[in-house]
Amino acid sequence: MGCGSSKPPEHKPKQLQLKKYDRASVSCPAATAMRAALLIQRWYRQYVARLEMRRRCTWNIFQSIEYSGEQDQIKLYNFFGFLMDHFTPASSERNLISHIFRESEVFQDAEWEPYFCYKSIDVPDMYTGPHLTFPLTVNIITELVEAFKHKQHLHARYVLQLLGETWRLLRILPNINEVSTFHSKEITICGDLHGQLEDLLLVFYKNGLPSVETPYVFNGDFVDRGKDSIEILLILFAFQLVYPNDVHLNRGNHEDHIVNLRYGFTKEVLGKYRVHGKKILKLLQKIFSWLPLATVIDQKVLILHGGISDTTDLKLIAKLERNRYVSALRPPKRPQALSSSDGNARFSGGDWDQYSIVGRRRVRSLTHSNPASSRRELQRRSLQNYSTRTGHNVEEELRERRRWAGLSASCERIHDLPSSDSDPDSGEVLETDAEEWKQIVDMLWSDPMSQDGCIPNEVRGGGCYWGPDITEDVLNRHNLRLLIRSHECKQDGYEFCHNRRVLTIFSASNYYEVGSNRGAYIRLGPDLNPHVVQYQASRSTRELTLRQSVGRTERSALRALREQVFAHKSDLTSAYEEFDPEHTGVISMKHWAVATETVLQLGLPWRVLREQLVGDSTQDGIINYNDWFRELALMDPNTELAHTGLLETMYRHHSNLETIFRIIDTDHSGLISFEEFRQTWKLLSSHLKMEISDKAISDLALSIDFNKDGSIDINEFMEAFRLVDCSHAQILISMNGGTSPDPPQPSSPS
Amino acid sequence: WQNDSVQKKIRSAFDVFDHEQNQTVDVREIGTIIRSLGRFPTEAELHDVIAEIEEEEPAGFIRFEKFLPTMSRILMENKLRPVPEDLLLQAFEVLDQQKKGHLDPEELSRYLTQEGDPFSQEEMEEMLSAALDPEKNLIFYRDFVSMMTADEPW
Repeated sequence: MGCGSSKPPEHKPKQLQLKKYDRASVSCPAATAMRAALLIQRWYRQYVARLEMRRRCTWNIFQSIEYSGEQDQIKLYNFFGFLMDHFTPASSERNLISHIFRESEVFQDAEWEPYFCYKSIDVPDMYTGPHLTFPLTVNIITELVEAFKHKQHLHARYVLQLLGETWRLLRILPNINEVSTFHSKEITICGDLHGQLEDLLLVFYKNGLPSVETPYVFNGDFVDRGKDSIEILLILFAFQLVYPNDVHLNRGNHEDHIVNLRYGFTKEVLGKYRVHGKKILKLLQKIFSWLPLATVIDQKVLILHGGISDTTDLKLIAKLERNRYVSALRPPKRPQALSSSDGNARFSGGDWDQYSIVGRRRVRSLTHSNPASSRRELQRRSLQNYSTRTGHNVEEELRERRRWAGLSASCERIHDLPSSDSDPDSGEVLETDAEEWKQIVDMLWSDPMSQDGCIPNEVRGGGCYWGPDITEDVLNRHNLRLLIRSHECKQDGYEFCHNRRVLTIFSASNYYEVGSNRGAYIRLGPDLNPHVVQYQASRSTRELTLRQSVGRTERSALRALREQVFAHKSDLTSAYEEFDPEHTGVISMKHWAVATETVLQLGLPWRVLREQLVGDSTQDGIINYNDWFRELALMDPNTELAHTGLLETMYRHHSNLETIFRIIDTDHSGLISFEEFRQTWKLLSSHLKMEISDKAISDLALSIDFNKDGSIDINEFMEAFRLVDCSHAQILISMNGGTSPDPPQPSSPS
Repeated sequence: WQNDSVQKKIRSAFDVFDHEQNQTVDVREIGTIIRSLGRFPTEAELHDVIAEIEEEEPAGFIRFEKFLPTMSRILMENKLRPVPEDLLLQAFEVLDQQKKGHLDPEELSRYLTQEGDPFSQEEMEEMLSAALDPEKNLIFYRDFVSMMTADEPW
């Protein structure tokens, strides 16, 4: 017994001195005091451990729902790719989505300026927001920040002007910024901000505004999820314009218009800029593609958003044309030189497996499919001209090739195509493209793991998991000392791993929920030893005790989990019934855990969660699942939802639905017509391999009261899915054209 | 019988920290796992357990196949057993020599950071944030004990 030898030196026990009290009258024998202290310590540590267990469970819930959403997004995207290949050009489904595959650089560089020109936009007299004059100065930016603090928006004219200047600057920057700490400058490095302006302001408050004396690196994921993404971008871009040598931005996986469709940035911009939002988004597409990919400090510290892989090669990365990779989810565009013969384009039945999750970790990733199919995949997903792909005969093929022969020599070629190709070098070019693309996806999407090796990151659906041996190898190969990355939320805002050679930094505090985590930033001086500073936005969260903070986050996570359960009620019931063939309504806990994981695929410790999730419907290791569902329905007063298969589907896939809506809504009006709604459902049902009859869709549309003016507001419609505590009632209320619900408070992330 | 459910409990707790789903957890989480299973080890007892289940070459992680038998035994034999709640209250009362019903944060801190298995500064601060009555700047330990001993510290 006694003091553990492993305690840090500063806690060597000292002789008990009771200075304030007269020893004689208050004698607490040393031995007794020690025993009492030991007891209290044992108890307290046990108490904290129980809290930590709950906190960790809660964290896992949020994280798995978050990553499952990302996986979902990529699956949906893959599905679109599949559609593009297999629907005829005339198909209306394809027309709905083909534009996102079209050349996004609609204009040649010389032409884009007039399109994005801000000059024709007038600022009305009644505009009370901030005004920008160029060239920007620190004072102007300070006013801009003040204005944002007061919830003002910057006028579209100034936005476009600022973005235009930013674009001009970015295109002359290299892929990898090289920064130095000469003059004893300390560099500050921030991680993910995700639209949380409060955190950025807190960093500026604690650390100072960016300046020549206070250089910064911002490591990607400035946008999505939070509600002030555009404001953060404008501030960061503005500072970069004023201090181009001292403010450095790295691209994150969320600096990607396809990801933005799902995670809120597109919606935010269109909401704040109803007239010019589309133009702003288009310009941002270009800007995102021009963001540098990494920053290196003193040639020793590598900073990038996601991570590395066993094939990471900075020389290659430095040379590639980064702006060709408009979205990391999509290989770069090439003129379509060849068609494949139909045989190659057709899927074998087995390929459908790609689109269904069998086990949690078996989603096909973008970069690690088997070589043969990855070639096919690249071919499938490249570009505009799909007419060359389907139903072609040789003559048409030749005609097509002749047409394209006039274009650049860098024609795409598929290795396993039986047809020959006129350009002997094009095979190589394809290799380079695929390789470059992989480098970028790995940089933006990868996560570290504790085992050695490098495996596909199937949880996210893109990039790798890389191990400490890979870190050693890559850092040594490039003569680097430290890798700083972001991409993953950490409870303390930062985390070292791989023998302290990798440091994750995450700057969005309270990311999952108020009190869920701290944010942090790094100060790096010439000695290149990282010094971490933590913070948490919102004074009230800092005052929460550990217990309160855990409790609050936990309630939020459990709510999110209950939603998932409810959304999958039919499938869960079927799964439970497999273990309960006589339909007694009860199953063992063990079976419940197995069945629940099979359906929900979240990789969560169901047995541990059982008590909080199932509560009363359980005793002695038996769970009455019908009672459970009834209880859940009581919490959400609308039991009718449970019986309407289509609504349940809608609820479950509302993120996908929203993504599809936004893609279909090409003019970004926020409105879709009944016909477009119908097409959306057909797309979704294809993706889910479900049968949905036209009649069912019509009925659904009627119940959402389309009749009023023939179109539905996407935002209003999707708001119905922002569930908090009651909500299912809200869906039906709003669907029945009743009084519109009060705007629900933001709930757990979707 | 009992054994099976004991194993499952251990498995569940272990899984929460098995981030890579490869039957290993970071050794630094073992204390939390053991405690969450209702055990009350001292720091020394914890180190003994870890020493028993560590790899030959300590590698920073613990494998489930080594953890399970040791933990099963602990549970079945009721080792590292809970401290009865009334003893916990008595412990506070012992420190409260004048029987005031409360303790000064300074005195409590002194005891807990210097005696027994000393708390780190951080642990002490964390405990104070939960235990301290902010208005009176005192620790009313009876309330605090109730909170700590509640079945689930909601």
